[in-house]
Amino acid sequence: MSASAEPATAAARPAGMAAPARRKRRFRLAPRAISWLQVGPLAFILITFFALPTATFLVVSFWDYDRVGIYPDFMLDNYVELLTTPATYRVYLSSLKFAFIVWGVTLFLGFNIAHFLVFHVRSSAVRTALFLACAIPFWTSGIIRTIAWIPFLGRNGAFNQTLMGAGLIEAPLDFLLFSPFAVIVTYIHLFTLLMIGPIANSLSKIDPALLEAARDAGASRWRTMVDIVIPLSKTGIALGSILVFTQVMGDFFVVKAMSGGQSASIVSALATEIQAMQYPPASASAMILVVFVALMVAGMMRVVDVRKELVR
Amino acid sequence: MDHPVPHLERRFDVELVAATKRYGGVVAVDRVSLRIPRASYCCLLGPSGCGKTSTLRMIAGHETVSDGDILIHDENVTDLAPAERGTAMMFQSYALFPHLSCLDNVAFSLKARGVPKAQRHAKAMEYLALVHMDRLSHRMPAELSGGQQQRVALARALITEPRVLLLDEPLSALDPFLRTRVREELKRLQRELGITFIHVTHSQDEAMALADLMVVMDEGRIRQAAAPREVFERPADSFVAKFIGGHNVLNGPDGLIAVRADRCRLGAPGDQPHIAGRIAAVEYLGTTVRLALTVGDGEGASILLPDELFFANPVQMGEEAVMVWREQDSHPLDLPAAAE
Repeated sequence: MSASAEPATAAARPAGMAAPARRKRRFRLAPRAISWLQVGPLAFILITFFALPTATFLVVSFWDYDRVGIYPDFMLDNYVELLTTPATYRVYLSSLKFAFIVWGVTLFLGFNIAHFLVFHVRSSAVRTALFLACAIPFWTSGIIRTIAWIPFLGRNGAFNQTLMGAGLIEAPLDFLLFSPFAVIVTYIHLFTLLMIGPIANSLSKIDPALLEAARDAGASRWRTMVDIVIPLSKTGIALGSILVFTQVMGDFFVVKAMSGGQSASIVSALATEIQAMQYPPASASAMILVVFVALMVAGMMRVVDVRKELVR
Repeated sequence: MDHPVPHLERRFDVELVAATKRYGGVVAVDRVSLRIPRASYCCLLGPSGCGKTSTLRMIAGHETVSDGDILIHDENVTDLAPAERGTAMMFQSYALFPHLSCLDNVAFSLKARGVPKAQRHAKAMEYLALVHMDRLSHRMPAELSGGQQQRVALARALITEPRVLLLDEPLSALDPFLRTRVREELKRLQRELGITFIHVTHSQDEAMALADLMVVMDEGRIRQAAAPREVFERPADSFVAKFIGGHNVLNGPDGLIAVRADRCRLGAPGDQPHIAGRIAAVEYLGTTVRLALTVGDGEGASILLPDELFFANPVQMGEEAVMVWREQDSHPLDLPAAAE
């Protein structure tokens, strides 16, 4: 294509100008090479930081170990031990419980906030400001935002003090901090934005004329919501759900900092093994977690085609 | 006003009484009063921003009325919800629900009213058949052509058995061939159903072809509301004459006059009214040839000549020419100041 255009350009130029044009042409890469260069950086990152470590885990998960070292081997003992320990099911159950509660609450909050931002805020400046208000807390580390709850929810924390000051309670509420309650509150705080984003994205693609058409047909607000708005935002809902769900299942710090030892997470069990340098069983639990979360995500993807949302 | 007068035949399907729409300080529709006779095809015509769509949306109930009243079948509907007015709207982009099949799109308003599934699907099929879309009832809107989507949108609007159907630029997204066909169909449907259609358009051809009552709007006001022939033969002011096209607006001895371009000829200055100019363009249009003239102080005029007349005595671009017309073909225009 460009080759046929080149002679015409060169002919139009004075003779002296033809040389740089020809030199430039020598640097032109084959289309195939350009494609490889474009794919290269992402492929490099994915292979080095995702595929290779995962493959390493997979290999190491079959190795033997003792207190002093790990030994190349191919045995299923790590998996057998993991899957026959009741503690494994206990932490999975506990994490799943957190995941579902947090998923439900963040979905409710996220959908309503996104709906408000997209359909009820008319001025785009106000909408941008409100979106920023949601997003700016994310500029700090999740650990800081987690710890920030401690002085608020603590026995002598701001919340208890306020309630006592108002005369609503006599003694400080103990369940607020270092409890499953605290874990859930922190998760919700950390992850609601992950719901708001994709759902708001879906909602903003709904043509407002559709809502008018529904109203014109005599549909109540509720019917419009159930029959039009929710079905049209289900890709956003699925995407947000996947983000929240995988975050909770893979969490380590929040449970450790906020549960006060009352709950264990999948990753905290794994971390204990790593600290004991028992890499093969740690790898096995990591693999099981990856497969488990992948299956859950695959299940959600079966319900809703998320790729449609991403390419739209 | 809220109750129909007993024992008196209803004369109008829709009445606007000084209907006004303000957006903040901007007046989009300015005290518009209009009476649309029973079972008529009414076209709201005007350039973009003239208030025609706002007027339609006020009638539909999708826009609140800032001032004034709207009556449908002698009932004041100004504060009623869209579904309580007996109107149905066909949206410009059709606004079909993309996740529902044609059948469910058409059945939607019945679902909203709690009609059982089998019953609403049967009725939706009837209406799809009315617009010849019954064979594609299971398709999703994205799998249909623009013309097919429009038929489904029409069926969806009609299934509510509206007293007035509101159409917002229904033909603008169609290609020219389809446009003419759908135009015929809309008119046929309106006659068959015997209800009032209110059709917003910026195309004068469309309005002329369809309307029983043609309402020309500009800057939020009605410039003229009459039958198309009346509007074309006796435009109320220079805006109407220019907007509907086919007219030369010229300075006559007693103010502005309009002369139909097809009544103008080339000729020699004599007793008859005339204006001298230069031919700026010659456009062959098939049955006619349009000559564009630069006359007087840079103003333009045009002559539509039957093709045989032109080729009997052809002229070239750039030639001097004199445009003549008969005295009885000139139509005096009220001065804009007098019109308001």
